[in-house]
Amino acid sequence: MALHSPLRAFPALKRVAGWRNHRLQPKRCMNRDVTDALSAVAGADNISTSSAVLEQHGKDESYHGCKPPDIVVWPQNVEQVSRLAAICWANDLPIIPFGTSTGLEGGVAALKGGVCFDLTKMDKIVKLNAVDFDVTVEPGVTRKSLNNYLRGSGLWFPVDPGADASLCGMAATSASGTNAVRYGTMRENVMNMEVVLADGRIMYTAGAQRRTRKTSAGYNLTNLFVGSEGTLGIITKTTLRLHGIPESMVSAVCTFPTVQAAVDCTVQVLQYGIPIARIEFLDDVMMDACNKFSKLNYAVSSTLFLEFHGTEKSLAEQIQVTDEIMKANRGSDYIWAKDQEARDKLWQARHNAWYAARALRPGCKAYSTDVCVPLSKLPEIIVATKDDLIQSKLTGPIVGHVGDGNFHCLMTMDPRDKDEERRVKEFTDRLARRALAMDGTCTGEHGIGLGKRHLLTEEIGAVGMEVMRGIKAALDPKQIMNPGKVV
Amino acid sequence: MALRVLVAVKRVIDYAVKIRVKPDKTGVVTDGVKHSMNPFCEIAVEEAVRMKEKKQAEEVIAVSCGPVQCQETIRTALAMGVDRGIHVEVSGKDYESLGPLQVSKVLAALAKKEKVDLILVGKQAIDDDCNQTGQMTAALLDWPQGTFVSEVSIGEGGLTVTREVDGGLETIKVQVPAVLTSDLRLNEPRYATLPNIMKAKKKRIDKLSLGDLALSAGGNLETVSVVEPPTRSAGVKVENAEELVQKLREIGHI
Repeated sequence: MALHSPLRAFPALKRVAGWRNHRLQPKRCMNRDVTDALSAVAGADNISTSSAVLEQHGKDESYHGCKPPDIVVWPQNVEQVSRLAAICWANDLPIIPFGTSTGLEGGVAALKGGVCFDLTKMDKIVKLNAVDFDVTVEPGVTRKSLNNYLRGSGLWFPVDPGADASLCGMAATSASGTNAVRYGTMRENVMNMEVVLADGRIMYTAGAQRRTRKTSAGYNLTNLFVGSEGTLGIITKTTLRLHGIPESMVSAVCTFPTVQAAVDCTVQVLQYGIPIARIEFLDDVMMDACNKFSKLNYAVSSTLFLEFHGTEKSLAEQIQVTDEIMKANRGSDYIWAKDQEARDKLWQARHNAWYAARALRPGCKAYSTDVCVPLSKLPEIIVATKDDLIQSKLTGPIVGHVGDGNFHCLMTMDPRDKDEERRVKEFTDRLARRALAMDGTCTGEHGIGLGKRHLLTEEIGAVGMEVMRGIKAALDPKQIMNPGKVV
Repeated sequence: MALRVLVAVKRVIDYAVKIRVKPDKTGVVTDGVKHSMNPFCEIAVEEAVRMKEKKQAEEVIAVSCGPVQCQETIRTALAMGVDRGIHVEVSGKDYESLGPLQVSKVLAALAKKEKVDLILVGKQAIDDDCNQTGQMTAALLDWPQGTFVSEVSIGEGGLTVTREVDGGLETIKVQVPAVLTSDLRLNEPRYATLPNIMKAKKKRIDKLSLGDLALSAGGNLETVSVVEPPTRSAGVKVENAEELVQKLREIGHI
């Protein structure tokens, strides 16, 4: 803090790169009065400027470098969030909402410093209405802890992005996951949210206490904030739609000779109307990585992992039809599992995919692409992408939620190889543009964050971007909400 | 030989809850705190239900001792597939002094009353960590016991039971009637589904008092005080190795 005023006289120092030099970058109005005001609201134990804490709050699970905030606060209730936001508003300080830092697009990077609102101390499950299939939670509640709480009620929250993420954070990034093909993404499962706006005003996107299964009252603010990645407001509560725990589950694995065969099988399963719960594609490179990492023995070829939910009778039907489709598409080496333990073992390969990909090249950074296209375009785009990987001499095992038309290339990059980094960047841009050309999107579930803003413009178009920026300007005229992200 | 199985389930503070000690130090805060079935009891129930599904058990009965809220715990067992429940009502001061010895007397009495062949309990409860009820019940009934069970199979001659012990795994043969206590790796309990929860509401729960079983309350243990573990104090930073050695000498570590 003592370095503050001399550095104002040396603007050249602003360009010093690297997170460790963050102390040399002039802070915007982060002075003693502001720190005292923040501390008076949250409590002296609930603010921190220690470098370890700041570093922890400047990065997530993405490959983006750490961009620490100037200070971290831990509010304990929405009134504190509101008062802290008002202080930031009055002092033009960036506000960065923070949950479990499990995001994949650099959403928490504090590009312009500012105040990081670590919301994890607000961790109550506010109200469960089991008969109405809804529950309201605060940002500190994670997906797994909610499902744990619900385990005796016969209900669960099925959106499963892999990580044990904050549910409000999942709402902020419009998360999805392996179950989306049957249960939907966050967009379909958030009923209402309590949001604190940039100036501290508290609002409910569907109105206070509202929790109806449907509504046509006014503008759909709930889905405006879902996916806004902290750029429009701070989510402090979310009301979620719950589903009944399936009576019975069966999992299966099937190997196919080509990518085309596996994806054709997927498309046909969906066209038959089978209410498949999970259908995941792993390419041969991914299967090889999984075999090595989890010490398994699957065939190294395009593979589908499937999961069926339902009553005993409906499962028998679903499985019989799927069996025929798999055979018709030259599927082989089927493995079926019914018991919890056997199913867990079967899915272990898929669950460890991220780590298996990274283990292929230890010491490398990892980045996951996230394009999503209409189902009919899936075979074409995956085949073209695999060819591109080979041409570009890159390692990128593919794993995909093929039921949604969404797949991820888990790219590995040697941080010392600048040329490889450039090739990866160019490859991912080509992939995104390939998807856009096929009526698709550059991001099915991870969000725009830091790295895809140029692609968003191409995807939405000029007028759409103007509208988005207009909305942003209306809700955040001072541009303090998570600056540098999305729009 | 289809067995008649009795499973004991205990209502405890949910394992995810942060425990707080009451200001008067007489115990922990339980009012308004989420309770659920003891995780090891869930495993015992799951094993009993699987035996029923494999037609190795003819009837599975769940029993719980405690206040009226224990019926929720029994309902959870019913939703997992247990046939019927027995609630032995114990409340107030009697409930505070209820411990493994009293519960094992209840289980022994019920075992005789219901002509049970197998008693399944969790190896321990997560609130008191006693790990005594199963063993005491077996002693009272003079039945063989298999404790810390990670695998059980039912054959012609009796049960083959694998136990988790310090040195590894031990496999023993146990004749029925017997008492088994479940360990963590025995199985992965199912979640109660909505249709099963609805069906469970129609299943029977019989209510009994200790008197009905010719037993009386009152233990010979009295809780004197309950305190939290001491809060961890901050570490001491030293400037150099000499100061470190001096400090270590001061506190008697060297």
